[in-house]
Amino acid sequence: MSQPKKVTPLETINAALHQAMEADSSVILFGEDVADPEEGGVNGASRGLSTKFGDSRVRSTPISEQAIIGAAVGSAMVGMRPIAEIMLMNFTTVAMDMIINHAAKLRFMSGGQTAMPLTIRVTTGAGFSTAGQHSDYLEAWFAHTPGLKVVTYSNAADAAGLLLSSIFDDDPVIFIENLPGYWVKGDAPVMPIEPIPLGKAAIVREGSDVTVVTYGPQVAVAMNAAEKLSKDGIDVEVLDLRTIVPWDRDAVLSSVAKTGRAVVTHEAVKAFGVGAEISSVIHEELFSQLKAPVQRVGAPSSTVPYSKPLEMAFIPSVEKVEAAIRKALA
Amino acid sequence: MMNQTALAPARDVLVDMYRKMSLAKHNDEKARKVIMNGQLQMIYYSPRGQEVIPAAVSVNLTDEDYICTIYRGTHDMLAKGVPLDLLWAEMAGKATGACKGKGGPMHITHPESGCMLTTGIVGSSMPIANGLALASQIKGDGRVTVAYFGDAASNIGAFHEALNMAAVWKLPVVFVCQNNLFGEHTRYEKATAAASVADRAQSYQMPGYRVDGNDPIEMYNVAKKAIERARAGEGPTLIEAMTFRFFGHVFGDADGYMDPEEKKAAMDNDPFPRYRDWLIAEGHSTEAELDDMDATIVAEINTAVESALAAPWPDVSELRKDVFSTELPA
Repeated sequence: MSQPKKVTPLETINAALHQAMEADSSVILFGEDVADPEEGGVNGASRGLSTKFGDSRVRSTPISEQAIIGAAVGSAMVGMRPIAEIMLMNFTTVAMDMIINHAAKLRFMSGGQTAMPLTIRVTTGAGFSTAGQHSDYLEAWFAHTPGLKVVTYSNAADAAGLLLSSIFDDDPVIFIENLPGYWVKGDAPVMPIEPIPLGKAAIVREGSDVTVVTYGPQVAVAMNAAEKLSKDGIDVEVLDLRTIVPWDRDAVLSSVAKTGRAVVTHEAVKAFGVGAEISSVIHEELFSQLKAPVQRVGAPSSTVPYSKPLEMAFIPSVEKVEAAIRKALA
Repeated sequence: MMNQTALAPARDVLVDMYRKMSLAKHNDEKARKVIMNGQLQMIYYSPRGQEVIPAAVSVNLTDEDYICTIYRGTHDMLAKGVPLDLLWAEMAGKATGACKGKGGPMHITHPESGCMLTTGIVGSSMPIANGLALASQIKGDGRVTVAYFGDAASNIGAFHEALNMAAVWKLPVVFVCQNNLFGEHTRYEKATAAASVADRAQSYQMPGYRVDGNDPIEMYNVAKKAIERARAGEGPTLIEAMTFRFFGHVFGDADGYMDPEEKKAAMDNDPFPRYRDWLIAEGHSTEAELDDMDATIVAEINTAVESALAAPWPDVSELRKDVFSTELPA
């Protein structure tokens, strides 16, 4: 049997966008530079779409994040499935009124009369020396706002399946892509791409001693830590959440009930982060079964730095995750 | 004022405009009354004095056309056709309200009449109106969207982003600024560098008109021109309709920032009785016909208020509904 083809998340995201637009004419896409005359996005994620599906359904926009999300919100209310690309996650700050006060709330405030099937694609992540305004993981802000779903992936195949589900979900989804990971090859998804259900975690490594709950680029970090610890006979289970809202409580709680120990790690700042919520729920639900307090790993309470040694110290490392696992086992 | 008999529309349109104005005026009088006598506690932004504008706009719209309005918007909603019973039950926070009592007076939505959005955020009606218009443009459904907003909203970034995008994409949208001379408590001149809001249209290569928003014939004709232009695919128009609000920013504010003489002069020049007198003097209607119409409207409003006050409260389980497309677990 031949080896599966290796592809990047950029390629699978592009394939998922093609498949969604082919499947449903209500799917439209717009954002800065996304059409082919502007090179199909600054990273090429939407390359080929405007050529194939036309300038009406695929549009490069002005650099106007409020207008981009406003156009997505309005069109979503009347039967379209817009995919709005906000080039970098930090640029959502410019459009927060549209995302928080409108996209997240209009279904509720209208008593269910207006639907909001929109997907906001963003990319982010430290590691490319893009510094303080181009690298933040802000998922906790969105997770804290009822009405928004938050989805991210850890490999090329999942990127495609999760994006497809996000596009066809009837609620607003913040779909977080990882910039440094765009060019990291992984197994290709089976074509046509199968949607991966939202709200379902994946056990990416089975183990019996401790559960590491994570998502996004920290999945690879946790896997490396698990491999290192296996040499010491420590059997780590790694759970990739895939969806941050709604997160898979059942999968997390059943894994931790099995292992009795847990670590939560994410690239976002640790303080007040998603890990705090997950850790709290584990303590609330499984306190008597826990063999040790849940450990959290995240970035320090610092702006993402530019200088390389500082940036490397900012991103939670394999060593930090390993140390947290050892502490949970102590 | 109203000496342009030659430019007046047909009699039935003139009378329909009166009916819409009468509905808004009498509805407002009832709203202030039930707040003052303690029957209903609600936050309320009186549109009294501004009712000519949406009356003259709406007679140029079809039932299928869309509007986005703002917290000072009951005149816009009623002119577009939001039913009185649903409006009042929503203002009372009842289960029978347009939005099941979950949005309230600042967030009335009624898609059947084309009232797609009522926002409490200054400047947010315009980007979302663009989205509705974008959907119409892509689908080719021939609908026009009207975005209502106040003069102060022209100073927020979203206004400029939205007008620019609408012009670049030639969206079928009409921006209707109701310039009542005050943004909250601050006078127009103190907050706005442009001599007129309409002047700002030049920057976006779209027609901009400053008109007397209290003159039904002038308002009718400018709205007709703008709506026809949008429907023909020629792009957006900015209308600045000059008017005056009789009851301050939020109902109950002390008006200490207003010149009492200016306010008295505006109220003495109330556009509603002026229009009524003109209709009778010009032979478009009779006192008896308009009296009958007013009496019917007042009776309908009273019935709507009574049934709203008697209606049931929403069940607490509504907190879990409409947050997402599927109900949250209990």
